[in-house]
Amino acid sequence: MAVKVMMPKGSDTMTEGKVLKWLKNEGDAISTGDAVVEIETDKVNMEVEAMGSGVLRKILVAPNKVVPVGELLAVIGKADEDISALVKTDGAGAGGVRSPESGVRSQQPEVRSPGSGVRSPEPGVSTQPSVVAQGASLSNSTQHLAPSPSPAVGGRVLASPLAKRMAKEMGLEIAEIPGTGPNGRIIRQDVERRAAMAPAPQAAAVGAVGVPAPSLPPAPLPPRRPAPSPTGPEFTDEPLSSMRKVIATRLVQSKAPVPHFYLTIEVNMQRAKELRESANLLDPELKLSYNDIILKACAAALRQNPEVNASFQGESIRYHHRVNLGMAVATDGGGLITPVLRNADTKSLAEISRESKELAGRARTRKLLPEEYAGSTFSISNLGMMGIDEFSAVINPPEGAILAVGAVAEKPVVVDGRVEAGLRCRLTLSCDHRVVDGATGATFLQSLKQIIENPVYLAF
Amino acid sequence: MSILTYREALNQAMREEMHRDENIVLMGEEVGFYNGAYKVSKGLLEEFGPMRVLDTPITELGFTGLGVGAAMSGLRPIVEMMTFNFSMLALDQIVNSAAKMLYMSGGQFPIPLVVRGPGGAGHQLGAQHSQALEAWFCHVPGLKVVAPATPADAKGLLKTSIRDNNPVVFIESEVLYGTRGEVPEGEHLIPLGVADIKRPGRDVTIVAHSKMVLVALDAAADLASEGIEAEVVDPRTLRPLDTGAIVNSVKKTNRVVIVEEGWEYCGVGAQFVDVIQRSAFDYLDAPILRVTGVDVPMPYAKNLEHLVQPDKARVKDAVYRVLYRQ
Repeated sequence: MAVKVMMPKGSDTMTEGKVLKWLKNEGDAISTGDAVVEIETDKVNMEVEAMGSGVLRKILVAPNKVVPVGELLAVIGKADEDISALVKTDGAGAGGVRSPESGVRSQQPEVRSPGSGVRSPEPGVSTQPSVVAQGASLSNSTQHLAPSPSPAVGGRVLASPLAKRMAKEMGLEIAEIPGTGPNGRIIRQDVERRAAMAPAPQAAAVGAVGVPAPSLPPAPLPPRRPAPSPTGPEFTDEPLSSMRKVIATRLVQSKAPVPHFYLTIEVNMQRAKELRESANLLDPELKLSYNDIILKACAAALRQNPEVNASFQGESIRYHHRVNLGMAVATDGGGLITPVLRNADTKSLAEISRESKELAGRARTRKLLPEEYAGSTFSISNLGMMGIDEFSAVINPPEGAILAVGAVAEKPVVVDGRVEAGLRCRLTLSCDHRVVDGATGATFLQSLKQIIENPVYLAF
Repeated sequence: MSILTYREALNQAMREEMHRDENIVLMGEEVGFYNGAYKVSKGLLEEFGPMRVLDTPITELGFTGLGVGAAMSGLRPIVEMMTFNFSMLALDQIVNSAAKMLYMSGGQFPIPLVVRGPGGAGHQLGAQHSQALEAWFCHVPGLKVVAPATPADAKGLLKTSIRDNNPVVFIESEVLYGTRGEVPEGEHLIPLGVADIKRPGRDVTIVAHSKMVLVALDAAADLASEGIEAEVVDPRTLRPLDTGAIVNSVKKTNRVVIVEEGWEYCGVGAQFVDVIQRSAFDYLDAPILRVTGVDVPMPYAKNLEHLVQPDKARVKDAVYRVLYRQ
């Protein structure tokens, strides 16, 4: 049976896409999963993969042409198959394929891998990648799925709607949960059982045996906030108090739509510099940067100040239980995009360093998958490497705050009444006043400063 | 508050309303001198006289049409069907005149008419006299359909139906007429379109109306002894439907059994299923199951008649299945 290649819906906002380059020619043999065409969405460039095997019979859209989402781009079929009806009907009435997902699904149930139908690229992600986009990431996802075969019937995971929703909210992979319902259907109790047996997050296992270095300030370690939990509920929605409702309404009236305010703090980077030098001496490949240290410190400070890792939801404030850091990255040829460093609070400095460089690299060349730039809970923008001393960033809604990082620079500082050379960096937090009050933001910056100036905290 | 039968509660509702508003009249077969085939209109002829309580010939289409005309001329008639099986003869007046007059007259003629009487099976009344036809009326825009389960609901809903300016099909139950319950005195009004949680629970929602509420409560009591807490939701008004109450319950329990006396195919429960799947899809942990009258004409034989109607055992069985206990 002939297989359609259609313009995928790469993001919620995508309505049309541009064909950049055909990676296969008419007459080429195609196997399922082969990249057929490169397209440009409103956010990234991506490859569209074949959802079936055969011969690329007909290319219908020339490079550099912009077509609506769901438009037929090409037809894959057997060499001798009559595809004239397909080409004609779809060419005449692309409107009939308004929903690319249903169109692809109904024609191609057999090529969907187990779990792909219910896999969400990342919990809490607002973007809904199309089936084709999911197909694009299948090569990665099948490895994750491999260890425990899911109860799949005809390529679909059978799960109750409730079970699917719960698994998504808990960040569980539905396909990996054994189902006990009829035909192996995954039901509520299966998800609950899996959630109960999920391994305790690593960070929770950290003991309190660390001995503070003698030069640390005498203040006790900041109290540990709830342990990072990549498996628990995605967030908590706390209803607004009446006072908070008034604050929310009034502040929006004062500066719509997001009432920003700004807090700046200067941080002594001396110990961060030492950390960076030692780490790079141990592992020259790592190329640890100040930005990596600030990312890691920021994740730790957010864990200590969860009030800042929050978003305004109209009738409630959403406190995120994940620390997903958005990193503003300027893309080649203008524009910017914010890839997301997920669960940054649970990752080591080395992991953060490698992952952020990898994401930033692909962000610059616009090669991110839609799910890789959605779902951040707090963002960081760093213009320090461009020599900016300090600046105020604009909040990335619906996040409650964003950190603007200035240059790390030597400057004269007064120590005990004498002027000395110091290494300083200025950090500015932009806060959504509906979510974060002045003192809350200031406390967060204090935590952040304390951690950066005493990076041994990052070992705890 | 006093303990009344369902029959007495309906009688009280009509008596109170007829005292309150002299435009209210009651008509139907045997409603006057015989005090009603099921004694619901007992004493009303004596109290209000033959100008307001009228015995009619056996002509459902005729006297229902009379009711529509009376409503158009300013009266507020209550038309009693001896049973709702006979309402089929009056369907043209109910569906084509009562339900559409306000619309077709451009809003000039509201029809404050109540068509009331017992629906559903009695005891061995045979195939033609044992039908639950509420789905027929629910299908029609312009009609409100009410089916109370308890004496208190019967009184409160009938009083509200009489005061409503739209035609209301008010379906009682022969089997319920003798049931007793506390009924508030005097001005007891229950708005149309508001459901009632007859029993709270967390494990499964049972939606039932009219006498099936009693079956559901009976099943729920058994289930509770097994540790299953069923929530029994009685919509009370089938149209307009209190979708919010049903959906909220489903969001809590994630599982639904719908019980109705009528046939399964295109029954009112099918409409409930649609509401639930649209509004609470992500909250369902099991397919919604329906327990309905068996898809056959009602047998006359007592043992078969019993088998055709939903009973406690079938409701419990459906609950076990939505809980994946079977």
